[in-house]
Amino acid sequence: MTRVGRWIGRHLILFIGLLVLLYLFAPIFVVMLMSFNAPTSKLTYTFDGFTWQNWLHPCRPSGLCEAVSVSLRIGLAATVIATALGTLMAFAMVRQRFRGRSATNLFIFLPMASPEIVLGSSLLALFVSSGFGGRLGFWTILIAHVMFCLSFVVVTVKARLTGMDSRLEQAAMDLYANEWQTFWRITFPLVFPGILAAALLSFSLSFDDFIITNLNAGTTVTFPMFVWGSAQRDIPPQINVVGTAMFLLALVFVLGGELARRRRRSTRAR
Amino acid sequence: MSAIVPVSAAGKTERSGRRLTAYLLLLPGGLWLLLFFVVPIVTLLAASLYDPDGSIEAGFSMTWSWHNYVDALADYARPFGRSLWYALLTTAFCLLLGYPLAYAIAFKAGRWRNVMLALVIAPFFTSFLIRTLSWKLLLSDNGFVVDALKAVHILGSDGRLLATTAAVVTGLTYNFLPFMVLPLYASLEKIDHRLIEAGGDLFAGPFTTFRTVTLPLSMPGVVAGTLLTFIPAAGDYINAQLLGTPKQRMIGNDIQRLFAAGAYPTAAALSVTLMAAIVVLVLFYVRRAGTEELV
Repeated sequence: MTRVGRWIGRHLILFIGLLVLLYLFAPIFVVMLMSFNAPTSKLTYTFDGFTWQNWLHPCRPSGLCEAVSVSLRIGLAATVIATALGTLMAFAMVRQRFRGRSATNLFIFLPMASPEIVLGSSLLALFVSSGFGGRLGFWTILIAHVMFCLSFVVVTVKARLTGMDSRLEQAAMDLYANEWQTFWRITFPLVFPGILAAALLSFSLSFDDFIITNLNAGTTVTFPMFVWGSAQRDIPPQINVVGTAMFLLALVFVLGGELARRRRRSTRAR
Repeated sequence: MSAIVPVSAAGKTERSGRRLTAYLLLLPGGLWLLLFFVVPIVTLLAASLYDPDGSIEAGFSMTWSWHNYVDALADYARPFGRSLWYALLTTAFCLLLGYPLAYAIAFKAGRWRNVMLALVIAPFFTSFLIRTLSWKLLLSDNGFVVDALKAVHILGSDGRLLATTAAVVTGLTYNFLPFMVLPLYASLEKIDHRLIEAGGDLFAGPFTTFRTVTLPLSMPGVVAGTLLTFIPAAGDYINAQLLGTPKQRMIGNDIQRLFAAGAYPTAAALSVTLMAAIVVLVLFYVRRAGTEELV
């Protein structure tokens, strides 16, 4: 009985887990399929026929590629700024003792705990009341994106720093490395995976954001806003091309990293 | 919080120097959050008390109109309650689906652990709007999900999924599931395997071991995951808009619509109320769950 129970425990949970993963992937398969769709009518969103045309001419719907380019530029800029500022904050939170640490912790957690609609609307209230209501666009979106990415960066880098063995740094100091050398040769390489993860997270959050962006964008159109706009009228299949391409890029990036890690480990074992 | 080891013996001057370093490191990011998170929230509070008869062109004047809140709540009580109810359902489903997945990744995936974890995050990179639109297709009246449910008589012959509460909650659950899985995984992964083995050694069945050892140890992950799911779900309006009808309208739909229409005082009052409701619920919940350390 217990052996049967154990077997079920071992495999049932894995099976349920895989089913849940399938649920996470169900819409992705639809996106991939629809990227090859040749729609016969603009009003229905069904698979009508197979074509390569969408992949050959991704920029055909007017405004799509401009929107993607706006999103990419905002995403990159927001990632760089948020990752830099957030990493500094994470170092202060983990490595330094100072008054008001737990208050700072709460302060950093709050933006993550606020609904996007509140974050977006309060920023809009600020921009409007300080006279920037007519100048909403690239810069106001960037400001908003850095704001909501920051907390996620701090939390991600902090997790990496907290799990780090500080005796390695002490050892470096014992071996006469000065603080600067210790930082760049020991601390930074060890924290780097955390910083990279934070940057990836920031970029995906920024590239994907709609609710906050929509409130603060003025007439600027980002990729999610383009999707939203076309969802009200007709959905060009090229949108699915962009979605699929982004997904495949992310997959290559992540799986490539995992493969490199495994190869490194196996050469080390040898 | 642990492992704050001063690298060298700290004299008094050095300690105050280090404190200065801490503040310098915090300064740029802290300023950003102060200017673009705290100040806006204060502005929002102020805007919720403006004269509701103002307009964008004429400007708004501060009249301390507390009745904005009374009016907003009277007009929007239903979508408000609906938002909290949908968010609660979403959180429950996310926990139900997310726990087995996080458990499988932490304990059963073996060398595929990192790959499975990456697969949880990967859908993020396809814009969530596109994925929600795909749900529209998946749940559509002649789609295969509806056909399958009709075949096993869960759904009547004229039943439909799209434009129902089920569709909106399915979409919400789908969108916020990774926010549940990641913190759950993080806390499950930290559990010492020997504790679970010890449960077995002391003649506890797998279920008893789970109930008395694994589940209590994973509570920080459960608390973090439920918060990260409930809060964004309560403020979401995309799923209600794309997968529902006006009958499934959530408070986010109204806030967005009112802001777009320039009715700032009412919209701000609704935003502040949503925020306040969430803070109260979260404080109550965290107190009950007994976890003071949030992050």
